[in-house]
Amino acid sequence: MVTLRARGLRKEYGRGTGLVRAVDHVDLDVEAGETVAVVGPSGCGKSTLLHLLGGLERPTGGELWLDDRRIDRMSETELARLRRHAIGFVFQAFELVDELTARENVELPALLAGVSPRVARRHAAALLERVGLAERAAHLPAALSGGQRQRVAVARALIGRPRIVLADEPTGNLDSAATTEVLRLFAALRAEGQTLLLVTHDARVAATADRVITMRDGALVGRTNLTGAGGGLGAFAGLEG
Amino acid sequence: MQDVVLALLAKEPSHGYELRARLQEALGPMGDALNAGQVYVTLTRLEKAGLVTAEHVGQAHRPDRKVYALTAEGRERVGAWLTDLTWGRPSEFHLKLVAAAAARLADPVDLVEAQRGELLRRLADVQRAALNEPDGSAAALLIEGVTLRLEADLRWLDACARYWERKG
Repeated sequence: MVTLRARGLRKEYGRGTGLVRAVDHVDLDVEAGETVAVVGPSGCGKSTLLHLLGGLERPTGGELWLDDRRIDRMSETELARLRRHAIGFVFQAFELVDELTARENVELPALLAGVSPRVARRHAAALLERVGLAERAAHLPAALSGGQRQRVAVARALIGRPRIVLADEPTGNLDSAATTEVLRLFAALRAEGQTLLLVTHDARVAATADRVITMRDGALVGRTNLTGAGGGLGAFAGLEG
Repeated sequence: MQDVVLALLAKEPSHGYELRARLQEALGPMGDALNAGQVYVTLTRLEKAGLVTAEHVGQAHRPDRKVYALTAEGRERVGAWLTDLTWGRPSEFHLKLVAAAAARLADPVDLVEAQRGELLRRLADVQRAALNEPDGSAAALLIEGVTLRLEADLRWLDACARYWERKG
């Protein structure tokens, strides 16, 4: 089953000789339960693509479907509602509210969506437990490490029980150990069947996906399937023979 | 070295001196270490293996020179080498792209994409192991080294793709 579908998706800026095709006729299907990574050099249009897919920006043309609903023509109100209920976002700079504790940050989208404070609080606590931060629930973001902040951001992305989580360079501000922390979390979500789309220039992040799609100059130019991987590690140690 | 020389001959029959010059042009300063003997020894071995044939061509006021051409078997081996995704040294892959482009055997960008897919699959295997390994173990340290190398190789393949896209 296809969760997210794009057909001929375009985003153009400027006009005439100054026309920039940031996203150039992209066709993309993300299957339910699948993790897809979009990779490419900076400026290739991958962040713009993520913004279009998540309804943060309007496409110039093309069609966009989430499950069976066409979303590229929705009104702003409908789109805002969709973003709260069906799509989870994770950003490079975490985008947590500094004045709120970890738990309050996770609760916030649920409260904005009209969930009762009691239920929101219970969900937030469960999600923080799930990302391994139950003991940090009362900490402000400033008291958390980078990896922990991003895990809080992932918990926040999950609170609306989204159909898909879109992550834009989720490890871009993290060191190697914190990257491992976040990738472990993504691997766990994937095992639970959460649909994920990651935009990244980090090959380590891409390597944890089921499929890797290469983007260049606004277009998707290459696709690599990683589900068939699992060739054993002997070759790397150079110990064969 | 054998595969590289064979692939260069796929463009057109050639002689040792010219092959060496083409190798040096492709390798730049890295080709300084390449001595004339290496190319001739390789050509002799390829001839013995039946992968190339040699023809003596007379020259005015100079000794004959040997012009080498691929046999059908040699051509087959070039094809196999181009699609082989074994990952060795950057210089070997670089020469593969140069030779493939010169002889129009394959689009270098396609070769880069295929190789990138292979390295990503390897990195996926390594990442899976890394995520299951407890932090701070000796094996985790080794996995980190393997990961860093693969990441560097993948970054270089991006640069290869950009270069050959501009050329193509």
